[in-house]
Amino acid sequence: MSTQEQNNRVLKISILRFDPHDPEDFPHMETFEVPEAVGMTLFIALNYIREHHDNSLKFDFVCRAGICGSCSMLVNGKPTLACRTLTKTLEENITLAPLPLFELIGDLSIYTGKWMRGLNERLETWIHDKSNELNSDKLEERMEPALADEIYELDRCVECGCCVAGCGTIQMRENFVGAVGLNKVARYHLDPRDERTDEEFYEMIGNEDGVFGCMTLLGCEDVCPKDLPLQSKIAYMRRMMLKTSLKN
Amino acid sequence: MKVIYTDVLIIGGGLAGLRVATGVKERGHDCVVLTLVPPKRSHSSAAQGGMQASLANSVMGEGDNEDVHFSDTIKGSDWGADQVVARMFTHCAPKAIRELAHWGVPWSRVHRGDRTAIINAKKVTITEKDEAHGLITARDFGGTKKWRTCYTSDGTGHSMLYAMDNKAHQDKVEIHERLEAISLIHENGRCYGAIARNLMSGELVAYISKATTIATGGYGRIYSVSTNAIICQGIGQAIALETGVATLGNMEAIQFHPTAIVPVGILTTEGCRGDGGLLLDKDGYRFMPDYEPDKKELASRDVVSRRMTEHMRKGKGVKSIYGDHLWLDITILGREHIEKNLREVKEICENFLGIDPAEEWIPVRPTQHYSMGGIRTDYRGESQTLKGLYSCGEAACWDLHGFNRLGGNSVSETVVAGMLVAEYISDYLESAESHLSIHTANVEKFMKIEQDKIDALLVKENGEDAYVLRRRMEEIMMSDVGIFRNGEDLQKAVDELKELHQRAKNIEVFRSKSHAANPALVNAYRTQKMIKVALTVALGALLRTESRGAHSREDFPERDDANWLKRSITTWPNSEDEMPTMSYEEISISSMEMPPGFRGYGKDLTIHNEVTPIRQSAVDATLKELETQGKSRFEIQNALMPFMDKLPKKYQGRNERFGENV
Repeated sequence: MSTQEQNNRVLKISILRFDPHDPEDFPHMETFEVPEAVGMTLFIALNYIREHHDNSLKFDFVCRAGICGSCSMLVNGKPTLACRTLTKTLEENITLAPLPLFELIGDLSIYTGKWMRGLNERLETWIHDKSNELNSDKLEERMEPALADEIYELDRCVECGCCVAGCGTIQMRENFVGAVGLNKVARYHLDPRDERTDEEFYEMIGNEDGVFGCMTLLGCEDVCPKDLPLQSKIAYMRRMMLKTSLKN
Repeated sequence: MKVIYTDVLIIGGGLAGLRVATGVKERGHDCVVLTLVPPKRSHSSAAQGGMQASLANSVMGEGDNEDVHFSDTIKGSDWGADQVVARMFTHCAPKAIRELAHWGVPWSRVHRGDRTAIINAKKVTITEKDEAHGLITARDFGGTKKWRTCYTSDGTGHSMLYAMDNKAHQDKVEIHERLEAISLIHENGRCYGAIARNLMSGELVAYISKATTIATGGYGRIYSVSTNAIICQGIGQAIALETGVATLGNMEAIQFHPTAIVPVGILTTEGCRGDGGLLLDKDGYRFMPDYEPDKKELASRDVVSRRMTEHMRKGKGVKSIYGDHLWLDITILGREHIEKNLREVKEICENFLGIDPAEEWIPVRPTQHYSMGGIRTDYRGESQTLKGLYSCGEAACWDLHGFNRLGGNSVSETVVAGMLVAEYISDYLESAESHLSIHTANVEKFMKIEQDKIDALLVKENGEDAYVLRRRMEEIMMSDVGIFRNGEDLQKAVDELKELHQRAKNIEVFRSKSHAANPALVNAYRTQKMIKVALTVALGALLRTESRGAHSREDFPERDDANWLKRSITTWPNSEDEMPTMSYEEISISSMEMPPGFRGYGKDLTIHNEVTPIRQSAVDATLKELETQGKSRFEIQNALMPFMDKLPKKYQGRNERFGENV
């Protein structure tokens, strides 16, 4: 935190605060002033506030490198990863709020872990291969290099929850699996190691809480910090599931 | 008092912890994983470049096997590693990667035919064999003879962790999230679990277990600039230390990674240099060949970090408001390669530096990265002094890495150690000695100690500010216990840390007085623990009057095998002690498969031990004799240093390898 930006801006960061453990507390905005520094991110700015203004401020950072997906929040109303948001890309007045839809722990800290775990259990996001017993001494199964790359592309999701917060459908259907869920299904659907049939996937997402619930507003694609191809994967899964339903 | 009983308590939900969990589950035991954050957010996810396993599928890995991986690892460790552990590890790494492939990791694969690669700044064509098409491929990394580092683009840790966590879901592993272990319950040299604090509600919970595993990662955050996630604060090591019984090993062995971006210290993978990237100075001059003509940018990490620092000290660094740095040039790899195989690096450059690494150079400098030291265990991952306490992964020192870890060996270690330790714990649980007998009154006593400490922090007045103490500790570690060390600075560091430790007893939690979710309270008790850990590092570094691996003393530049071929062991016997207690554990040369030699970097400054030539001739004689008899490499290895009987039966099988036995 040394040299300041040339224009010596003092950022005014307004944060939606609430401690659900404190019966006296109620949701309110609080504004803090932070002298901007070169290369400052919201990670640095929020830690500055905690260290110099209010050490009770709650937020979640882990990797602070845009890799782990912990620090998603609403930055001026838009869901994004705070750690990799440079303050120089924002106006002097900044508004921060916790991601909606997830359980609030306090201030900007939310319980995405619980939501995501529920989703993973519901969609059984693991390789289903009843027939295949592994002998790890043996040469691994082969896979086409291009296919491995394609699976990795979808495997890059960091479960940050931005797509859920940016989703119009989930506002109306609270059990909607969201783009994060549909992307995961697309990932396992693509993976030849997973032996689930289209019919089995249909049982899971061939309904209004799944792929047919999406209203195609595509806020998810706009806000995904990893630029996952959510639009095309949702469309693809919808075609596959439609085909499956017609077949049966 | 809330009490939860389980067979195995696992503290830490990263790769190592989760692999222990699925392993003991498979053997039919019950476990609970405590984790600060959702497991998928653990620091394992930040590992970028890859996992070492000697599959030898790519043409550049031809001839690779367990022996070569072993030899690279021992040289890399500057002979500090436990060679039996290194043998167990290199034997199991191929199994671990195949297991992960089975669980869904989309490892990058070999593509038959020609492809272009950059080697030593030149374009070369590599022709992959038809028969290897579709097998797991590998890239080059520092300090390795073969291309052995398997990867998924540069998101290897992420893919591994996601597959591992999904496997844990599948196996219905119980995960207690946002729970922090703050002390271990122990009695008469036996560990019985931990007292944990719920970070959301503040509630204290006693977890009683037959076996307890610490897999909490490293302690990089005792330094002010580190590539580590902010949760890597050494709390696992601290609670082990605070038992007064468990020991820590080689705490002074700290690795600095050559290429973290300036100023924020975020990692750019060694894969950048492995794939052909270069280090340049302020004049755009490639300086590494001048220092290390053989391995150049791909010398071992400790060596590259020191050479970079030396070069900057000669005035060749690029000046910036954040101090000097050098350049990492990956533009020569081309946009297509970067966008496919180095995409996290590209995102990091775009988001944190505002540059496009396919067009511009990346400002980098060596930054704290890895903790070779940790909770001292035997080859089974169990503490040598506290029965029932296990540890694995970066948290532990079992001791695979000695004084310098090779890139690509860390994530590999997490899953290999996890799968082995799960078996040893299961064996223990199936034996009579694992039975529990601890009086609940004693559990309550441990609970009360922790509750009293927290209450004291919250009611204290006119005390110290934890942030001030912590920042000072971080600065001391950075400036006086860094890449190059000397007696004077280290003494200063120890003295001041000792004083900080005293002051930390007087910490007051300002303003924020909630017993529930309270970051100020968390910072207060963690700071107290971190300062203790910092003291073990600084004191270990001060007393070790030699240079070995990443521990580099300007006043003692020689590696001194005559006096220092031993592990540093730290304890904190009484909570009132002002300083930790150090002792040493001899490393026996006479049982080594690979007696100490020259690593091949710079000038050979080794002071040899008198046993070394004796053991070397014995090894040479055995080698010669068995080779003339036409014995296999396995038989020869077994004659030199048997290890197979130490492995669980299920992992003793010979690895299939393309071109060797397939």
